[in-house]
Amino acid sequence: MRYLTPRKRAEGKGAGHAGTEHHWSMMVSAVGLAFLVPAWLYVFGKALGAPREVVLDTFARPFPAILTALVLVVGMRHFAMGATTMIEDYARGTARKMLVIFVISLAWLIAATGLFALARIAL
Amino acid sequence: MADAKRIERPLSPHLQIYRWQVPMLTSILTRITGHALVAGVLLGVWWLLAAATSEDYFATADAVATSWFGDLVFTGSLWAVWYHYLAGLRHLYYDSGHGLDIPTAEKLGWACIIGSVVLTVITILLVQ
Repeated sequence: MRYLTPRKRAEGKGAGHAGTEHHWSMMVSAVGLAFLVPAWLYVFGKALGAPREVVLDTFARPFPAILTALVLVVGMRHFAMGATTMIEDYARGTARKMLVIFVISLAWLIAATGLFALARIAL
Repeated sequence: MADAKRIERPLSPHLQIYRWQVPMLTSILTRITGHALVAGVLLGVWWLLAAATSEDYFATADAVATSWFGDLVFTGSLWAVWYHYLAGLRHLYYDSGHGLDIPTAEKLGWACIIGSVVLTVITILLVQ
């Protein structure tokens, strides 16, 4: 005889909470990135390996600057949420919480650093 | 309802004894490529920060970004981003309720693998 109530057995194991919202958010950012990434790969690929003046000129222009900012913000949100899902699949308890906090922080750190660099170049 | 029966369900066999198949390979590669991309992003953002900072700092970052190590990271990331891109589109297609039968799923898996390599080569040629 198990004394666990059905609710106790079900908690933390199923759908509910913010699952659908999370999935929808990933779909929205995925579609956004599907439009942004090919153009950005071209811009970044052309700038990589070029002298500094060319790099500064490139990212000072509105299209490459706005595109890169969008890729950073949307991409890093997409990464943070995807990494959260992966961690939730493989880690439990305190390790899970610490890892989720770490990847969300890392994603914001990367986005903020990139935006700072862009602002310095473009403004 | 309150006394929901606990059913003893069969456990899935260990992953090691499965024969590798295209759908499972392409599924796990989606996750691996998505997360590995953070390496390319880190190197790219560092390079951009260096460009924004000073001539000296850019010289250092650019030397790393255009070295064999940089080439390895960026070429790998390029393939990873194209793979993740195609696999992501496949996910959106799956989510709309299509392509879930085995022959179609296998074809879509091959499309992701071959397509990502083709797009990587095209991109490299385009930005050269």
